[in-house]
Amino acid sequence: MTAAAGSPAIEQIKQTVQENDVVLFMKGTKNFPQCGFSSRVAQILNFMEVEFADVNVLEDDALRQGVKDFTQWPTIPQLYVKGEFVGGCDIITEMTLNGELDQVLEEKAVSFNKAAVEKIREQNA
Amino acid sequence: MAMEAAELERLIREAFPTATIEINDLAGDGDHYAASIIAEEFRGKNRVQQHQMVYAALKGKMGGELHALALQTSAPAQD
Repeated sequence: MTAAAGSPAIEQIKQTVQENDVVLFMKGTKNFPQCGFSSRVAQILNFMEVEFADVNVLEDDALRQGVKDFTQWPTIPQLYVKGEFVGGCDIITEMTLNGELDQVLEEKAVSFNKAAVEKIREQNA
Repeated sequence: MAMEAAELERLIREAFPTATIEINDLAGDGDHYAASIIAEEFRGKNRVQQHQMVYAALKGKMGGELHALALQTSAPAQD
């Protein structure tokens, strides 16, 4: 069952990513993630002190399928910055370690703790 | 619900006939793979687009039969 464009789930997703600078569609919540991949991205954002809206796809199956159709990306988590899909767990991890995430956040004027992300890089060097 | 490495490689090979493909089974359960793919088709595409192309090649099996696929994608280095 794929959510047709314009379906309630797709509309809700569009609205959410437009109304919030940073949105993470994830399994669980930022404080109680329920999947390793979702947990890793939530932890990176929390540690970097990035303000973000967490959307728990486990609470709504139509949303869970809708977000995959919306981006043609089959897995959760999914990170959006200023309405643009940035990537899933692997891509966000790679972007954190190579500094690309800092760039995206700076370009989109989203505040974060630079020292914190540098510490992440140091620990993973 | 799992997928054989050979099946995964066949699907990727179908979409990227001239690619260099390397697959390793991360957990030995047919559910968690890492794949590195070097294909001309990726040239000029950003990482998200490259991964979307791979997921399209897997014809909806990603996220269902296949739980995790760590992807490393790139275009061949220009010599």
